[in-house]
Amino acid sequence: MDTFKYFKPQDIQEAFDIIQQEGESVRFLAGGTDLLVRLKSRHIVPDAVVDLKAIDDLNLGIRIDGQEVMIGSLTTFSKISTDPIILEQFPALADAASEVGSVQIRNRATIGGNICNASPAADSLPPLFIYDAKVKLMKKDSSRIIPIDSFLLGPGKTALAEGELLAGIVIPIPASDQAASFTRLTRRRGADLATINICCQVFRGGQTRFAVGAAAPVPFIVEDPSGLLSDPSGDPAAKRAIVEELMQAASPISDVRASKEYRQAMVVNLALRALDNAMHTLGGQA
Amino acid sequence: MTTKTETRTYPITVTINGDPYNISVEPHKTLLWVLREQLNITGPKECCGIGECGACTILMDGKSVNSCLVLAVEADGHEIVTIEGLGGPEGLDPIQQAFIDEGAVQCGFCTPGMIMSAKYLLDNNHNPSEEEIAVALSGNYCRCTGYKNIVAAVQAAAVKIQD
Repeated sequence: MDTFKYFKPQDIQEAFDIIQQEGESVRFLAGGTDLLVRLKSRHIVPDAVVDLKAIDDLNLGIRIDGQEVMIGSLTTFSKISTDPIILEQFPALADAASEVGSVQIRNRATIGGNICNASPAADSLPPLFIYDAKVKLMKKDSSRIIPIDSFLLGPGKTALAEGELLAGIVIPIPASDQAASFTRLTRRRGADLATINICCQVFRGGQTRFAVGAAAPVPFIVEDPSGLLSDPSGDPAAKRAIVEELMQAASPISDVRASKEYRQAMVVNLALRALDNAMHTLGGQA
Repeated sequence: MTTKTETRTYPITVTINGDPYNISVEPHKTLLWVLREQLNITGPKECCGIGECGACTILMDGKSVNSCLVLAVEADGHEIVTIEGLGGPEGLDPIQQAFIDEGAVQCGFCTPGMIMSAKYLLDNNHNPSEEEIAVALSGNYCRCTGYKNIVAAVQAAAVKIQD
């Protein structure tokens, strides 16, 4: 690892001042579980590292605000996977958080870092897509809230402007007549990234939605508005045909984890598994 | 022509295994490096260096973390426990003793990290199932034992701690 200047601003205005003063070669440090790997490999060689962990505006924890839940961007995956609000309102997000990396990684890694790294395989993204999450972005003199899908532009690319920080995630509390589940395929739990990850949401007697990760440059959402997939007595072969049709939207690549062809086959199986799990949860609620 | 920033050092105050340290660290050194090379606390091991194998696992404010993925400067103001901090004059920690009794140690390289992960688990879950132990240790690799005796040791330690 090459050396760098280290800053730990005590509030967000100080952070903005440092960003302005240090210019473009600044990297932000939250949990560090991705950043340190890239610093060590010299994939990135910044002049300055700005540690965000003392900034209260990014550290708001998890709180209900009217009909929405706010998650501070510094919230760790350990916290998200065990938080009572998340477990009750967004169980698929809690499940995804509990499958990120290992215990040691989850104790450090933050949801804000996971989103800003914009890995196509980021485990938090499919549930955040399904739950219609928005991200709150702050600049020196302004802030804005945009949908998560418009924040992610490609692998490693986000809509974050220069001098802008991701303060938190805002998620509307979902309707009671739906259930969602998260399913993940990986070569080894506790270390490897997802080969594919899928979140499925079913509405009782209504539409079914899938958010699919690691099968395209950014996660994508597909929907079956017909109600066939959410029909408990629906014909399994007909359901499979619908899911196969929906998963045509996948455009996976071959990489060290899996071939394109394997991903294309598995994305259908995983979607069906996620659908089964979501239907089971929805049935349990009846 | 500009040259790369000169290395400066940063003062930090950190508690390690109950002892306070006021030291200066370079910003690009990991906590693992400072523990081993600067302070000669060599229980935590460096193996993969990228947070996958768990050999460097320590507790930071009571939570297990990969010390290879924490900068030493980030430890400022925090409390660190390494394998050296377990047990005491009265004897080994029950987890350490269980690893010996159950034959959970072969080459021993993964053992300090494995025990720190087990410590974090048992601090938070007094009666873990076999599945919970497997998940809790999934960030720690052992290339010798096949994990069976390690899981048995954690189960035995859980029983001993409850008694």
